[in-house]
Amino acid sequence: MQILEVLKQSIIEGNEEHAARYAGDAIAERIDAKIILDDALIAGMNVVGEKFRTHEIFLPDVLLSAKAMYAALAKVRPLFLKEKIPSLGKVVIGTVQGDLHDIGKNLVGIMLEGAGFEVIDLGTDVAPERFVDEAVARDAEVIGLSALLTTTMPGMGKVVKILKERGLSGKIKVIIGGAPVNDEFCREIGADAYCFDAANSVATVKKLLGQSTSRAE
Amino acid sequence: MKSLLARIQSGEIVVADGAMGTMLMARGLESGKAPEMINLERPQILEEIARLYIEAGADIVQTNTFGASPLKLVKSNLADKTKEINAAGVRAARNAAGNSAFVSASVGPSGRILKPYGDTEPKEVYESFLAQITVLAESGVDALCIETMTDVSEALLALDAAKKIASATPVIVTMTFESTSKGFVTIMGTSIERAAKELEAHGADIIGSNCGNGIEQMVRIARDFRACTKLPIIIQPNAGLPQLKGGEIVYPETPEFFASKVPDLLEAGVSIIGGCCGTTPAHIKAIRGVISHTG
Repeated sequence: MQILEVLKQSIIEGNEEHAARYAGDAIAERIDAKIILDDALIAGMNVVGEKFRTHEIFLPDVLLSAKAMYAALAKVRPLFLKEKIPSLGKVVIGTVQGDLHDIGKNLVGIMLEGAGFEVIDLGTDVAPERFVDEAVARDAEVIGLSALLTTTMPGMGKVVKILKERGLSGKIKVIIGGAPVNDEFCREIGADAYCFDAANSVATVKKLLGQSTSRAE
Repeated sequence: MKSLLARIQSGEIVVADGAMGTMLMARGLESGKAPEMINLERPQILEEIARLYIEAGADIVQTNTFGASPLKLVKSNLADKTKEINAAGVRAARNAAGNSAFVSASVGPSGRILKPYGDTEPKEVYESFLAQITVLAESGVDALCIETMTDVSEALLALDAAKKIASATPVIVTMTFESTSKGFVTIMGTSIERAAKELEAHGADIIGSNCGNGIEQMVRIARDFRACTKLPIIIQPNAGLPQLKGGEIVYPETPEFFASKVPDLLEAGVSIIGGCCGTTPAHIKAIRGVISHTG
């Protein structure tokens, strides 16, 4: 299992080339895809998320780690199908209408995908109706909304309202995040959860879906 | 009118304007629309806001061109309007300023992350800034203000473009910092010391910080800048960080609170004081009141 530790380190260091190579090595050693995912990829990104939160590293480092994580994930993903590892669930994410900021949203996508969720990223400047339409069409359990601007935050409330109008409240959960967003705003618009940062998103979604959070933590 | 740099060098404290975005919202800017469309559709609103700031005592008004670089405009399918949008932004500010206030042209981040961290070639970002700044300079501005930067490498690309196109126009560069256990650092990891050193080396005329912090943190940021540079310093705080009260977004720091902290900024050696998100003409009037007294 030494290889998993090496793979995890290559993700923490953001070494794309090493991550791809060691992921290949781990597969060659016939380690289960689920274990590679949990003990190397997710474990590595959790360390990265924690270092980012405590300002030990900054965004460029996180982005390099994400590239490394994706390089490893690309190697491991074909095994998921073979081993029939079910997806943990589908999450539609995007930045709300009028807002073009995508860094936070992308980080959330990386963390969720790394954790085994199927992520449908609608990009930026997404109309409230589109979030709901896509979530219904793709059979998603969760909608993740991001906003960086105080001017665009109200778009989050619109998504919650549309779900309510269509009788989908509770069936499709809404998580929100972004610099101006907080718990109080989450309660006020009636969203299901506020997510403090990207590292937190996996635990938040799992909790919402009633899944155990022990492994990914 | 004496030039901006000459007035600063003579020891004058210059007052800049306050927020644009939050003022536009209060005038019914639709949140789903690019704020730069106003330049083409309703430039009289921009003139009105600039006039309010000048009446409140601002010596500098900014153009509504923060997101008007082609790389940024392309996200709203407006890249082919780069020329019109930037020219109209300068025209509106100049109509209000005449020759009695300075027009400072706003240049915000490209919204891209440079290689190797992101996917964008520095050359692409440089050319985008070059295209925007060319129009701004041709339209006749008194200063260029490269603002709200978090990656010093990107700020330098804009600064280099400004110096190439408009070597005689003073260039202001401001960055947005977060308070961390390692002092003030941008989200991209740029410290005040590194920002000051690199911006100075690339010929910035005035450096400092805008956005992201209320005025108390900005006093600390100003002191840190002063310790690393001899260049004039500009500080444009938010009116605190936004809070939600009964469905409304509120910025907590009042004009009176701003006024009470201005002496600290002056003591830290700041040359230009203005406001960012959530500030209003009342904040600028309060700043002007203190400076007239002490100045």
